[in-house]
Amino acid sequence: MSDTKIIDDVTQSEYKYGFVSDIESDNAPKGLNEGIVRFISAKKNEPEWLLEWRLKAFRHWLTMTEPTWPNVHYPVIDFQDIIYYSAPKQKIVLNSLDEVDPEIRATFDKLGISLEEQKRLTGVAVDAVIDSVSVKTTFRGALAELGIIFCSFSEAVHDHPELIKKYLGSVVPTTDNFYAALNSAVFSDGSFCYIPKGVRCPMELSTYFRINSAGTGQFERTLIIADESAFVSYLEGCSAPMRDENQLHAAVVEIYAHKDSQVKYSTVQNWYPGDKNGKGGIYNFVTKRGICAGDNSKISWTQVETGSSITWKYPSVILKGDNSVGEFYSVAVTNNYQQADTGTKMIHLGRNTKSTIVSKGISGGHSQNSYRGLVRISPKAENARNYSQCDSLLLGDKCGAHTFPYLEVNNKSATVEHEATTSKVGEDQIFYCNQRGISNEDAVGLIVNGYCKEVFNQLPMEFAVEAQKLLAVSLEGSVG
Amino acid sequence: MNTTIGTMPEYLTRYFENNNLIGPASLKQIRKDALARFEVLGIPTTKHEEWKYTNLAPLTRSEFHPALYHTLSKDVVVNDLIAGKEVILLVFENGRLNKELSSFDNLPKGITVGELGDNFDHPAVVKNLAKHASFENEAMVALNTAHIFDGAFIHVAENVHCEKPIHLLYISGGEENTLAFPRNLMVAEKNSSAKVIESFHSRGNESSFINIVTEVVLEENANVEWSKIQLENSNTFHISHTECTQAANSNFDIHTITFGGKIVRNNLHIVLDGKNITSNLNGLYVSNGDSLVDNHTLVDHAMPNCLSNELYKGVLDGKSKGVFNGKIFVRKDAQKTNAYQSNKNILMSDEASMNAKPQLEIFADDVKCSHGATTGQLDKEALFYLRSRGIGEEAARAFLTIAFADDVLNRISNETLRDELKNRINERLNKSN
Amino acid sequence: MLKIKNLSARVEEKEILRGLNLEVGKGEVHAIMGPNGSGKSTLASVLSGRDTFEVTDGSVTYNGEDLLDLSPEERARKGIFLAFQYPVEIPGVTNANFLKTALNEIRKSKGLAPLDAKDFLILMREKMKLVEMDKSMTQRSVNEGFSGGEKKRNEVFQMAMLEPTLSILDETDSGLDIDALRIVANGVNALRSPERSFVVITHYQRLLDYIVPDFVHVLYKGRIVKSGTKELAFELEEKGYDWIKEEVDAAKV
Repeated sequence: MSDTKIIDDVTQSEYKYGFVSDIESDNAPKGLNEGIVRFISAKKNEPEWLLEWRLKAFRHWLTMTEPTWPNVHYPVIDFQDIIYYSAPKQKIVLNSLDEVDPEIRATFDKLGISLEEQKRLTGVAVDAVIDSVSVKTTFRGALAELGIIFCSFSEAVHDHPELIKKYLGSVVPTTDNFYAALNSAVFSDGSFCYIPKGVRCPMELSTYFRINSAGTGQFERTLIIADESAFVSYLEGCSAPMRDENQLHAAVVEIYAHKDSQVKYSTVQNWYPGDKNGKGGIYNFVTKRGICAGDNSKISWTQVETGSSITWKYPSVILKGDNSVGEFYSVAVTNNYQQADTGTKMIHLGRNTKSTIVSKGISGGHSQNSYRGLVRISPKAENARNYSQCDSLLLGDKCGAHTFPYLEVNNKSATVEHEATTSKVGEDQIFYCNQRGISNEDAVGLIVNGYCKEVFNQLPMEFAVEAQKLLAVSLEGSVG
Repeated sequence: MNTTIGTMPEYLTRYFENNNLIGPASLKQIRKDALARFEVLGIPTTKHEEWKYTNLAPLTRSEFHPALYHTLSKDVVVNDLIAGKEVILLVFENGRLNKELSSFDNLPKGITVGELGDNFDHPAVVKNLAKHASFENEAMVALNTAHIFDGAFIHVAENVHCEKPIHLLYISGGEENTLAFPRNLMVAEKNSSAKVIESFHSRGNESSFINIVTEVVLEENANVEWSKIQLENSNTFHISHTECTQAANSNFDIHTITFGGKIVRNNLHIVLDGKNITSNLNGLYVSNGDSLVDNHTLVDHAMPNCLSNELYKGVLDGKSKGVFNGKIFVRKDAQKTNAYQSNKNILMSDEASMNAKPQLEIFADDVKCSHGATTGQLDKEALFYLRSRGIGEEAARAFLTIAFADDVLNRISNETLRDELKNRINERLNKSN
Repeated sequence: MLKIKNLSARVEEKEILRGLNLEVGKGEVHAIMGPNGSGKSTLASVLSGRDTFEVTDGSVTYNGEDLLDLSPEERARKGIFLAFQYPVEIPGVTNANFLKTALNEIRKSKGLAPLDAKDFLILMREKMKLVEMDKSMTQRSVNEGFSGGEKKRNEVFQMAMLEPTLSILDETDSGLDIDALRIVANGVNALRSPERSFVVITHYQRLLDYIVPDFVHVLYKGRIVKSGTKELAFELEEKGYDWIKEEVDAAKV
């Protein structure tokens, strides 16, 4: 069997998790103006200062233009043709899983991430978000005993306004970039997490996102604060139903790490990638950034990106505190007509700061996969160290793999090392597997999984299993 | 695409009309088109991705003009014969060929070396001039192309091997703010070979602006070694573009050695347009003071089974800034490509800085491509080892730095040139210690 | 010649040497043995002046002079030589150029004129025979692409060239086959004289069959816990280190 055939078979599978669930929505009219911003704010019963904050962001957004530097191509987005708010009609606060809308429950069941199972088997607290409003938060009691706050963003606005006021926009200012400004103006909901001084969060905190209503933009806002010597591991996973219409997703995640604290943020992203011909799919334009504000703090990003028709995402770390550590581990898979431009920024400001970047790009079909990263050593960052490794794997001869690292070194005591390779799955490797009785499809899966191992090892156990499954699904459709 | 309009200082196009009086009609048209394009593009600003770290604003702040006087004497040039005296020599004074100081008579059959302006009707010029270095997106190539006249033409006929090195020697100075637009074309026909040294010098401390474009064409199985050596003073703006097109089975070695000026920009584009081509790109920059050295390389693999190997090293002292932007482009049909790129830098002082952007753009799957970039200090273990053997710290540093640079210089085949460069680097490093 | 008194040293927060005492007289060969992690290599590093270790207490004098105040190169010029356990590779620097520079620096510090190229070459030829080294090696970069055995031989070759008065051999036997071990030991033995002293750090008794020590010390938990003659080495070979560990740990209780 020819190599080309194997690759074609492996890379032409349909999206497994595509379906639509019927939940009634409470939508805002299409389009965006100050009135809509006020509508969203009023709908959420927000205090005046937050409305002002949104309006400021909106007015700045009006002066900005869409970024054109990413290596991705798509039709012009009509920002007036998007619904900026939709909430499931569910107004009662629930105390147990039984009260959750059976339709939603079924949806999660189809995805294989049922709340019940999560709760019973893994001890993971889940803040499930469908479209834009939190439906259910579990384990809150257990966490509250430790002083941990884990709730929806809108709840936090009402219950912990001092924290929101202090930290919102402190890592990603409203003026940061086009999509961050847009998000600041119209964000609907998201998650909030605060780990108090000296507390080690005993369980993985997790949020599942889904896009549901047709034509809905999804504008999540996540804020995580680790106070002195705190530790938290946070999981984010997404999957979305099949749509013909492109959907915009522009989330913002901010992480603030105080002295001696550690935050580990893991993502498995599986938004609808569009069909075999590149029709439909999510535009995933996300701003994720953390700041190691205090000495000896650490922020670690791990992401497995298999979905979305376009991904534009650079989880970054500002290493401000002395001896602080930033990490970025990424697997990005593009198939069919997907485009990804993803990577990280490591901004070294403090002394003895250290960053590690491991990026694995896999492209198949007609897809384009780019790594874009910045390592900046500022003049005062004595003894900073960075190590980056960016590997690309090509499955087939119709796709592209690109590497665009920027290395800016302004201090002589720095050590910055960057390595990148591009290669393919070897015929000899596949043959070797065949000879040992392994099918082509399994062989490709095996080899690709091995190639990504370094990143998967960074994921929490249950997430790693899911990531491997996703990778297999993304490369599925094999051969006999 | 980034199409930010640059700035347009008026003095740059002031000499166009006079310059465009000479040459065949087709060339006049090319110059005109290039001028029109330059007027659209302008001098690039730092908003332009390819000029992100290199600010040409100083060029727009002062005026440069073609030199009025040509007063160079032989004894000045002697010091600049860095590849020895046994060379075919073209001396360009402020961009203009000085025939008295040059020696390119009685060349062996099949070898043509001379002034470009004297050879506009040569078939190889008609066929190749301005056909390789595109000015569509390169403002500084457009500016040069609009002024094509001065420069060197080198032609090596089929099966001819040029034994003597060909030395193109550029000296500027004698007056302030000189401006030159040299344009070189080299064509190495089938199965031919040659070695070319292109070197750039200053007479004194006068400032100058040189905007140079060189096109090198290697036909099948040709073998060319090109050394571009920049030794100008710290008031020089040196903006160069070297475009090489290689046909099947050819071999091109290029050494780009830069000692720094005010701003030095070396663009190097190599198009591997045939099978079984080898390209070796070696670069070394040793800078101090407040100079900025920017090397932009593009290796364009268009056809299968080729090999490119790139090694650029930098030693940055004082307040100098280094930029390395290297792109390996592997097109869809370029299967079985092997492309390697390595960029290593040492920062010697607190105020030196380095911006590196190594890039891979790969559209073929059966390839082996890699790049690596490092910036740091000398290996501490090696320093300790040397010191534990009684070598003092300063000496140990110089030792390791020279070894670091030698890695590039040792790839130059011309022994005289290699030793001369080693001496100059030694001098430079000892001075800064 | 060398006097180490109550020496304590640490790396970052970890205390490695804890009050070590040792005296090495002129012309003596001392072997230092001990289990892994006892501080053997740290001792070698501290004596040669590696700055990753911080001396927290004690003193080291060499011919009456405070050694700890000197830079690594000053120590080397005073005749201290460390044969590294893991010699570093230095690309681009040839062995010949490297050694010539080192030798002439050391000569300069003694007020001697530098050797000219010819004399240096003659000297190098002579010393290379000592460790059966191939001529081609002088033009290769320092240790680059050398096998483990070649690196160790190169260390002893350098020792022969620089003629130190105190040589510290840090596990020079590790990773050597029996032939290489013999060559290295022969090189060292040829240098033995009433003027030169050696500190031989090793994990195994094997090397001491070839380089016969005058004294053997056991280093454990950063201290010398037992000293004796070469018979002690045989005892260690036979019984291992456990009995010493037990003795020491019991004494503490």
